[in-house]
Amino acid sequence: MTQASIAVSPDASVQYLLRIGDTCLILAQRLAEWCGHAPVVEEDIALSNMALDLIGQARAVLTRAGQLEAERGGEHHDEDQLAFLRDERDFRNLTLVELPRGDFAVTMLRNFAVASFLELLWQRLESSSDSELAGIAGKAVKEARYHREHAADWVVRLGDGTTESAARMKAALDGLWPYVAEIFEADTVDELAAAARIGPRWADLRDEWRARFESVIGAASLTLPADRPFRSTGKSGRHSEHLGYILAEMQHLQRSFPGGVW
Amino acid sequence: MSAAPSPNEWPLWEVFVRSKAGLDHKHCGSLHAADAPMAIQLARDVYTRRQEGTSVWVVRSDQITASDPGDKAAYFDPMADKVYRHPTFYELPKSLDHM
Repeated sequence: MTQASIAVSPDASVQYLLRIGDTCLILAQRLAEWCGHAPVVEEDIALSNMALDLIGQARAVLTRAGQLEAERGGEHHDEDQLAFLRDERDFRNLTLVELPRGDFAVTMLRNFAVASFLELLWQRLESSSDSELAGIAGKAVKEARYHREHAADWVVRLGDGTTESAARMKAALDGLWPYVAEIFEADTVDELAAAARIGPRWADLRDEWRARFESVIGAASLTLPADRPFRSTGKSGRHSEHLGYILAEMQHLQRSFPGGVW
Repeated sequence: MSAAPSPNEWPLWEVFVRSKAGLDHKHCGSLHAADAPMAIQLARDVYTRRQEGTSVWVVRSDQITASDPGDKAAYFDPMADKVYRHPTFYELPKSLDHM
């Protein structure tokens, strides 16, 4: 027997929450890959801690998304059903977070980009019309701030470090930059969720994010690559080839042994 | 803990955590880090992840001067039989329970 996939409500507020929850969940999977493989044991623990922070945020937000589904007349799904029983096309994470973890420079640059975005997002969500989400944001914003500081520190150390580390950080920036644009790409989910005062339009966070990002990139003796027309589309469910592998590993147990616990 | 660490290895730092306001910072372990800000950051992850702390100190291990274990007898043993140096002969009021 295998567990059938679930379909999730297209309601904009639900979709908005899935974007946040899934982005945290998938980035956590990528960070957890470092467990036992980080360059030093202290960083190993730090990355695992951050993965666990993100899992905690994903759990809270997915739980709330499932409740909202039910409140809007849809079916109720709990956090586990949402994480383990959705197909790839129903995941709403940014493509940026599903890209392979790469080397330490890629991991740190991505963490910096995502954490500084999430920090801004959680700050705004503290005044969400959804009091549950506002509560989650109040706790998460402190975690995001730490993740951002930790990653920013490494971006500067490596970017402004040895020839080797600078070359790797530059490669990381060039490789990830095209995927950053998706974060701030406006669409109807963004518009409708903002109209319902669930949270800000992500597009409205672009300027502040960019100013902060650019100042750290400058301190790391790097320069932002030119913007390109390419747009990734993970937020609307069209993913890169990498997400399927993550889900296969993440969902395998629940799909093979439905409801399995230990 | 050698005096001159290899150039390819981060120096060792001793970590002190204050568990709550009013208590002393207590030594809780050590870690490797490239510099002080990194040591503070990593100490947060390695030693305070279960809400152990409200404040962290780090100090380079090679900055600590320790007493020689060989001097232990000369330094500390003579205190053993000088009970009059301990304030154990006072009756404390019952309301002071944590002395």
